[in-house]
Amino acid sequence: MLKNLIEKKLCHCWHLIQQLSGDSAYAQYLQHHADFHTSSLDAPATLSRKEFYKYWQEQKWTGVKRCC
Amino acid sequence: MHKNFKFILWILVGLLGTFALSTIALNRGESINSLWLITAAICIYAIAYRFYAAWIAAKVLVIDETRATPAERLDNGRDYMPTNKWVVFGHHFAAIAGPGPLIGPTLAAQFGYLPGTLWILIGAVLGGAVQDMVTLFFSARRNGRSLGQMARDEIGVIGGTAALIGTFLIMIILIAVLGLVVVNAMKHSPWATSTVAATIPIAMLIGLYMRHIRPGCVMEASAIGVTLLLLSVFAGGWIDHNETLRVYFDHDGLPLAFAIIAYGFAAAVLPVWLLLAPRDYLSTYMKLGTVILLAIAIVILRPDIHMPAITQFTDGTGPIFGGKLFPFVFITIACGAISGFHALIASGTTPKLLANERDIRMIGYGAMLLESFVAIMAMIAATVLEPGVFFAINSPAGVVGKEAIDAVAKINSWGFTVTVEQMNQLAKDMGESSLFARTGGAPSLAVGMASIFGNAFGKGLLALWYHFAIMFEAIFILTTLDAGTRVGRFMLQDMLGNFNKKLGETSYMPSVIFTSSIVVAGWGYFLYIGVIDPNGGVNILWPLFGIANQMLAAIALCVATGILVKNGKLNYAWVTGLPLTWLVTITTTAAYQKIFSDDIRVGFFAAANDLSTKLAAGLLAPEKAAVAPQLIFNQQLDANLTMFFVVMLWIVIIDMLLVCTRRILGKPVLPCSEVPHTETQLNNAWVRD
Repeated sequence: MLKNLIEKKLCHCWHLIQQLSGDSAYAQYLQHHADFHTSSLDAPATLSRKEFYKYWQEQKWTGVKRCC
Repeated sequence: MHKNFKFILWILVGLLGTFALSTIALNRGESINSLWLITAAICIYAIAYRFYAAWIAAKVLVIDETRATPAERLDNGRDYMPTNKWVVFGHHFAAIAGPGPLIGPTLAAQFGYLPGTLWILIGAVLGGAVQDMVTLFFSARRNGRSLGQMARDEIGVIGGTAALIGTFLIMIILIAVLGLVVVNAMKHSPWATSTVAATIPIAMLIGLYMRHIRPGCVMEASAIGVTLLLLSVFAGGWIDHNETLRVYFDHDGLPLAFAIIAYGFAAAVLPVWLLLAPRDYLSTYMKLGTVILLAIAIVILRPDIHMPAITQFTDGTGPIFGGKLFPFVFITIACGAISGFHALIASGTTPKLLANERDIRMIGYGAMLLESFVAIMAMIAATVLEPGVFFAINSPAGVVGKEAIDAVAKINSWGFTVTVEQMNQLAKDMGESSLFARTGGAPSLAVGMASIFGNAFGKGLLALWYHFAIMFEAIFILTTLDAGTRVGRFMLQDMLGNFNKKLGETSYMPSVIFTSSIVVAGWGYFLYIGVIDPNGGVNILWPLFGIANQMLAAIALCVATGILVKNGKLNYAWVTGLPLTWLVTITTTAAYQKIFSDDIRVGFFAAANDLSTKLAAGLLAPEKAAVAPQLIFNQQLDANLTMFFVVMLWIVIIDMLLVCTRRILGKPVLPCSEVPHTETQLNNAWVRD
């Protein structure tokens, strides 16, 4: 019981760290794409992992992102 | 029972905080334990967060948990996305915490540990954290609009333009002063220079790894990068001991400044995935790791603070920078107490990620408290040094003299004991040739950190710890430098796009090169002048940066106060009005003194006139006479720039006051730009816990 609870918590923490680092950004993008775009005919094509990360980093560095 | 327990607990926290604060405020003994500073800080933060921030959230902002956030309404899977509050907190903190809270407190320690510490604590809980939180809230209610856009929508076009120009100019001065800090840390230090230089190919290697070998494996790549960075600190030591190699990395300030300028240009033009993004990952991990390590080391070691509570330099004669305690301690410590730059982050990426308005208190107010805590640790690291050593490292040669014997005599005459042998031994322990006149704050902070780390985790490795600390500071200073240059380039392209459409295209290479050159030339100029200035340059640039940053904070608080009054919350307008009044007082006083003071170490015009007279009379040494015309021009330019900042600030204030008066008198004002309420459909338990 306790073991399960600890495992669950650790898994949750790992998931958060992956979100924070950006490791799970592609999986999130695929999920979003599946939820919102697959039903329509003119849906944009799904980006490959490599294309997505290039686009993601470019977008991340547009605007004020780091402070003093 | 449960309620009573909580009540008693908070009473105890209050009593402990009061006791700790009175201990640090009233102590006039030889030294004081740093744990008192940590205790006072944690108790004050806890009380402020639990009561003041909660009250602002409930009564002033009236946070509505049932309202859909922009992340929910405009979810596009990219910039707008409901995100777990801890993840948003992490992103927000990583974005706001730069080198500012480390450098400011180190420089302000010339007044003693007390003034800076009190300002960091009071400024953060009543000013900085409030600014971040209310800006985040107002931006979230306006689809994540930027500070400039909110100023334009709510106050008028003047406020918006002032915020835009202010941001651009702050960026230029910030990058110049940070570049100067790195140059001063690398000057004639082959170990530091080779380690900092190694961070560039390491970042590029990681960039290539994430782009072509294992796309998107950020943590894995960062782990490799951090390992390589740590190895580069060892390799730097090896280079330093190798007579053939060390000459390649042993340079004066000027060649290093040109190298930084060339680097800044390259970073602004190269694709982000190659240099900027991987460097940022490395610096974020380094920053978080080192700050946590420092906190652990301070708690384990509980070092004594040797700096007096207040020094004689409160009268304005301080060697690091001229100017009295009021207003200059409040200008020197911007980040860590209140920083206008944060308002740009709080009205940028962060509001677009919020899953629920409830998270605003933790992210806006909480992240600023953590940044303030980093500033407290920097203050501890600076003040654990013997005051004589602290002043020997931080006093420029122009103030204490070029020769070690003169510097020591001067510092001893102030009542702080230090000897040439002591400084030589310290330099030897740290693996440096000399630690005299290493201005900018980074070397003294690194010595402080190395002595804390060394005592806590192994004393034999002082030189390694010192260069680790220098690398840690340099890596995120360079991240701010290249990210800032890039932002400056975008802003300039955006402005020029109004006149020539082609110049506004961010991917049009001639425009990229043209605008990047202008931005780099802007900060490169101030960096160059800072390097050739015999007084170290930091004494001019840091106050200028502080004034500009506090001015931006004042603009953000003006916007917030204007919105509160427009929304009929005049009774609560003091929440932002109080820190605004304080900021306006200190920035205006500091600007007035920087422009009109007769003291040549404070007033820009006084310094320019003094130098002109001496130059005309032939009283200057040949090397100083050679650079005097440039220094005179620069002092005049700085005076005009300061005047421009303060005029712009007052235009925004008057504009805001007019809007408020019209609203109070029932006359028409610009409509509120808040997005109407939409009920949240998000079962946000999954994103919030």
